[in-house]
Amino acid sequence: MGARRARGGALGVWRVLLVSQIREQPARPIISVLAIAIGVALASAIFLVNGAALAQFTRAARRLVGESDVVVRGSRDGFSESLFPLLARNPDVAVASPVLEIDAALPGRPLPLKVLGMDPLRADQMQPALIAGVGAGILDLMRPDGIYLSAAAAAQLGAGRGDALAVIVGDAPKHLVVLGIIPADVYSQPLGIMDIASAQWFFDRIGRLNRIDLRLVDGRDPDAFRARLQRTLPAGIFAIAPRAERDRAATATRAYRVNLNMLALVALWTGAFLVFSTQSLSVLRRRNSLALLRALGVTRAQLERALTAEGALWGAVGGALGLGVGALIAALMLRLFTSDLGNDQLRIVGASLAAQPLALCAFFAMGVLVSAFGAWLPARAAARIAPARALKGGGGAAAVQSTAGPWLGVILCLAGVGIAWLPPVAHLPIFGYISVAALLFGAVLLVPPLTVRLLRAAPHSGRVVLDTAIAQLRDNVALSTLSLASIIVSFSLMVAMAIMVYSFRVSFENWLTRLLPADIELRVPIGSGTSYWSPEDQAKIAAVAGVERVEFRRTRQIDLAGARMPVTLIARDLTRAQAATILPLVRTVHGAAPPNARPAWISEAVADIYGYRPGGTLMLPLAGWAHRFYVAGVWRDYARSGGAIVIERADYLAATGDSTATEGAIWLAPGQDGAAVVAAVHKCFARPDSLEIRTSTAVRRHSLRIFDRAFTVTYAIEAISVLIGLAGVGFAASSTALARRAEFGMLRHIGMLRGQVIRLLAHEGVVLSTLGVLYGMTLGVVLSLVLVYVINRESFHWSIDLAIPFWQLSVLGAILVAAAAGTAVWSGRSAVSQDALRALREDW
Amino acid sequence: MRGPSAAAPAFAAALAFCAGHALPAAGARYAPDTAYAAVMPGAVPTFPADYGSHDRFRTEWWYVTGWLKTASGKPLGFQITFFRTRPSIWRENPSAFSPRQLIIAHAALGDPTRGRLWRDQRIARAGFGLAQADAGDTRVWIGDWKLARANDGAYHAQVAGAHFSLHLTFYPTQPPMLNGASGFSRKGPDPEAASYYYSIPHLRVGGEVVRSGRRDAVSGEAWLDHEWSSAYLDRGAIGWDWIGINLDDGGAVMAFRIRGANGTVRWAGASLRDSGGALETFAPSEVAFTPLRQWKSPRTAISYPIEWRVRVGARRLTLRPLMDDQENDARRSSGAIYWEGAVRASEHGKPVGRGYLELTGYGAPMRLR
Repeated sequence: MGARRARGGALGVWRVLLVSQIREQPARPIISVLAIAIGVALASAIFLVNGAALAQFTRAARRLVGESDVVVRGSRDGFSESLFPLLARNPDVAVASPVLEIDAALPGRPLPLKVLGMDPLRADQMQPALIAGVGAGILDLMRPDGIYLSAAAAAQLGAGRGDALAVIVGDAPKHLVVLGIIPADVYSQPLGIMDIASAQWFFDRIGRLNRIDLRLVDGRDPDAFRARLQRTLPAGIFAIAPRAERDRAATATRAYRVNLNMLALVALWTGAFLVFSTQSLSVLRRRNSLALLRALGVTRAQLERALTAEGALWGAVGGALGLGVGALIAALMLRLFTSDLGNDQLRIVGASLAAQPLALCAFFAMGVLVSAFGAWLPARAAARIAPARALKGGGGAAAVQSTAGPWLGVILCLAGVGIAWLPPVAHLPIFGYISVAALLFGAVLLVPPLTVRLLRAAPHSGRVVLDTAIAQLRDNVALSTLSLASIIVSFSLMVAMAIMVYSFRVSFENWLTRLLPADIELRVPIGSGTSYWSPEDQAKIAAVAGVERVEFRRTRQIDLAGARMPVTLIARDLTRAQAATILPLVRTVHGAAPPNARPAWISEAVADIYGYRPGGTLMLPLAGWAHRFYVAGVWRDYARSGGAIVIERADYLAATGDSTATEGAIWLAPGQDGAAVVAAVHKCFARPDSLEIRTSTAVRRHSLRIFDRAFTVTYAIEAISVLIGLAGVGFAASSTALARRAEFGMLRHIGMLRGQVIRLLAHEGVVLSTLGVLYGMTLGVVLSLVLVYVINRESFHWSIDLAIPFWQLSVLGAILVAAAAGTAVWSGRSAVSQDALRALREDW
Repeated sequence: MRGPSAAAPAFAAALAFCAGHALPAAGARYAPDTAYAAVMPGAVPTFPADYGSHDRFRTEWWYVTGWLKTASGKPLGFQITFFRTRPSIWRENPSAFSPRQLIIAHAALGDPTRGRLWRDQRIARAGFGLAQADAGDTRVWIGDWKLARANDGAYHAQVAGAHFSLHLTFYPTQPPMLNGASGFSRKGPDPEAASYYYSIPHLRVGGEVVRSGRRDAVSGEAWLDHEWSSAYLDRGAIGWDWIGINLDDGGAVMAFRIRGANGTVRWAGASLRDSGGALETFAPSEVAFTPLRQWKSPRTAISYPIEWRVRVGARRLTLRPLMDDQENDARRSSGAIYWEGAVRASEHGKPVGRGYLELTGYGAPMRLR
C-alpha cells in the first residue's frame, strides 16, 4: 500500500515538475534533446554506414569463400600447382578446388580488377551460387580469352557481353572477351571469373596457383585437419579457416572503424555534458519550486527520481530523434558517396542500409542513460538541500556542488595516466580509450576545487570591475564551475584531436619527403599483380637521356600468417650502411649483425602484428622456401597498413631469380627537364598505361590530398563536438545571467551603472573562459599524448611524432574566450535591462 | 546441402557436350575444334585396343546397366556410366588444367522394394591423374569413382555416392557384340551421324552394394555398352529410346530409335544375338517402338512411356519396368532429365529376359542448344 502510494506520489511530482519546466523554460529541454539527438545521430550514422559497408563486404567475401572447410592460400605470386593433386588425393579431402586469384591491371584504370581463375567443375561444389551465376556458360568459359564479369565490374568498366576487355600483362596489353555478366544478386562487387587454364595461360602463370579451397569428407574436424596440414605445407602457404579468410579485410579495418565509433561516442558524451549543465541550471532555477514540493511532503528520493526521470525523458526524445536523423544521414552518405568513410580498404559498391536493431537500441539506451546520468547528479544535490534553506533562497551553490571531493578526480587522473601504459587488447587500444575517459572525468571533477583555489589566490588588481568580477565568480563558484566544465570538455577534446591530426600530418609530410628523394617516381599500374618491367624494360628506362641515376624496386605480396592481410615485400638497392639515410628508421640494431646475415627492415606494423624485434630472425617465404633474414631495423610506413618489409634486391634476386621490377625512382641529370624525361620514359613502352610516372612533387601532393580526405570524417565530427561545446558555453552563460538577475539588481541598487554591470559580466566571461581554455589546453595536450602514443599507435601500427599546432590552438582559444565573453555580455544585457528594484524584489 | 545436387549445373552443362545424354552444344559461340576424328564405315573395332578410350573422338561412353539380387532375393537395378568428352577448345594452351578431356560419371541404384532410386554424379576435367580415360584398355576414373578392365577381362567398378555405393565386378561370359555394320552404328539419315558401338551382354555380376549404410552382397547380370563418336545425333534429333535386354536363353537384344520433332522417327537400329552366338542386325524399317503406358514424374511433370512393345525383326518384346520412378533428374540447369531403368521383357505373355530401358528427350527443356 505504502509503496504504491509513494510511487504514485513520485509520478505526481514528476508531472508537476515536467509541466512547470516546459511551461517556464521551453528552450531548456529543447537544448538537452538536441544535444542528445546530435550525439546519437552521429554515433548511429557512423555505425550504420560502417555496418552497411562491412555487411556488404562480408557478404561478398562469404560468396567467394563459399562452402569450403579449409582455404589453402599462398601469396599473390602463388605456389606450384603440384600441391593441388596432393591435396585432392588426401583421404580427408572430399573436394579440392584450385584457384588462381589475380589483380589484373587495366589500362587507364586506377584500381585493378580482381579475377578468379577457377575450375568451374570443382568450384561448383565450393561456390555454387557464384558458379550458378555463370550458369550454362561454363563450357564457353573454357575459351582461353573468355571472362565473365560481375554486374558491378561490367558497370564500372562499361563492358557488355561480347565486348573486348584490355588487360595489362607484363608490360603489354592483351584482350579478353566478355562472355557474359554475373547478376548483381549473385555477386555485388567487381569481379571477373575465368577458367583456371585460361587464367594461367593468359596471365602468364602456367603452373601456378595461389589458393586451393578444400571441402572435407563429412565428419572430419576442419580445425584439426588444418593444423595437421599446416605442418606439411611449404613456407608461405597457409591453411586458413574460412571464417578467417572471410574476415581478413574486416579485421584489417577494425581499428579504423572502432576509432570512428569512439569519436562518435565522444560527441554523445559531450552532449551528456550539455544535459548535465542545463539540468543543473534548471534545478537551480527551480530551486524554490523544488523546495516547495519538499515542504509539501515530497520525499527526497521522490524528488531525485522525478528529476532523473525528467532527464531520461529528454534523453529518450533526443535518442529517438537522433536515430531518425542518423538513419537519414547514413542513407544520404551511402547514396551520395562511397561508403568507405575515407578508408580505401572498405571501398565497396552497392552497400545498403540494413536495420541493426540491437545496435540502434544500444545507441538509444546510451542516449537515455547519458541524459539521465546528467540529470541525476544535480538532482541528487538538489534533493539534499533542506527545504527551508532553499525556500529562503540560500544554498544555490550547494545545489550543483559536486559531492565528490577532489580525491576522486585525482585518483581518476592518475588511473588514466597509468592505464595508458597497458598493452592493447586484441589489437585494439581499449585501455587507451579508457585512459582518455578517466582523464576527462577526473579533470572535470577537479574543476571545482581548482577553481575555488585559483579564484581565492587571485590578487586584487585594484580595478573595481575586475575585482568585483572575481569576487562574484568566487561566490558563485558552482555556476562558474559549470560553465568552466563545458568549456574544458569541448576544448580539451578539440585540442587533443587537433594535435593528433596535426602531428600525423607533419609526420606524414616528413615521411613523404624521406620516401621520395628522387625527382621522378614510376611504378606499374597500382595494385596490379600482373604487370612488371623486364630487365630489358629497366635497361631502356635507365638509358633515357637526362636520367642520371635510376633505382628499381621489386614489390610483391607475401603472407607471413594466413589469416592476416598480405605483407608487402620491397626489394630495393640499398645496403645496411645506406638504410639509415634512405629509410625512415625508428629503431635500429646497434652492433654487428651475424655474419652472412641477410638484412631485412620491417615496418612498425610488421613488428607489432607479427612480433618481430630488431636483431631477431625473420623467415621470409620466397619461391616456396623459407629464407632466414636478420631484422636490421624497424621503419615507419604510412602507406601499407598490412605491413611492409624491405630487403636488399641482391638477396631477393638470389632467392627467387626474379629480376623484374615494379617501381622505380629517377634522379635527373643537372639541368634536365622532368617533363621531357617523363615523355621519353613513356616512349620506351608500347602503351602509355604500362606505367604510372609522376614527379615526386605530384606524388606528394596527391598523397596529402588522400590524407586529408581520410580525415574529413574526423574533422567533421570534431567540428560538431566543438559546436556542441560552444552551445553549452553560450547556454550556461545565458542561464547564469538570468539566474543572477537579483544579484544584478542589487549591484545596480548599490550604485553600479548598467554599463558597469555589463562590463562586469564581460570580465567574468573572460576570466572564466581563459581559465577554461588554459585548463582545457593542458588537459588536451595530455589527452593528445594518449591519442598519439597509445590510440594511434595501437590502432594503426605506425608511430607519429608529436607536433603541437600552437598558432591554430591559440586562435581557437581566443575564439572561445571571445565567444564566452560575447555570450555573457549578450545575455547579461537582457538581464540587466529590467528594473533593478523589481529584480531585487523577485524572490527567485 | 552439400550433396551431389550442388554439382548439377556444371554436370548437366557438361552433359550438353555428351551426345550420350543431352545434345551437342551446337550453339557454342566459337568454331568447334575441327580435329575430331570421324566415324567411318568399315573400320571394325579391334580388341583389346578398342576397349580403351578414343581421345580424338568427341564423345565416348562406357555404360553398364543390370539387375542385381541380394542374398534375400530382392531385385535391384543399377547403372554405372562413364562419359568422356573432348571440348572444343584451343588446344595449344600449355596449362595442365587445360580441359583437353572432360570425364563425367553417373550412377544409380533402384530398389523396387523400398521404391527408392539413389543416384549421384561426378564431373572433372582430365588431368593430374585425378580424372582420366586411358587408351588401350578400359580404365576410366574420376577421383575414387572408377571402371577398369583387368587383364583377365573382368571389369571392376567402384562408385561411392551420397547414401549409396556400388562395388561390383563384371565377368564377361560372351564376346563383344558389334552393333550396326560390324560396329559402325548409324544414328540418322545423315551418314555422318554415326558411332562405333559394341555391347557386352550377359556380364555376370558379383560384389556388394551399400544402401543408406547397409551393406549387402549381390549377384546378378549386366550389360555393357561402349560407344564413341564425333557426331552422334543429326540436327533434327531431339532424343532417343533404347533397350538392352539379356534374354534368359543366353541371347541378347539391343534396339534403339532416334526421334525427331513432332513424333517423327528419324532412325532406328537393332542387334539380336541368339543363344548360339549368331548375330543379326536390323534396318530402321525392321524396328518399331510402340508405347503402352505413360508415367508422369511427380517431380518434373514429364510423361515417359515406360511400357513398350518393341518389334525387332520377327521378335515382339513387351517391356515393363522394375519400378515406375527411375527418372534421373539433373534438372537444375540444362534439363538433362531422362529415364533410365530396369525392365522385364516378355514375349507372348512369358518372361524372356531382363535389361534396361533408356528414354531421353521427353522433357520440354530437352532440345538442341
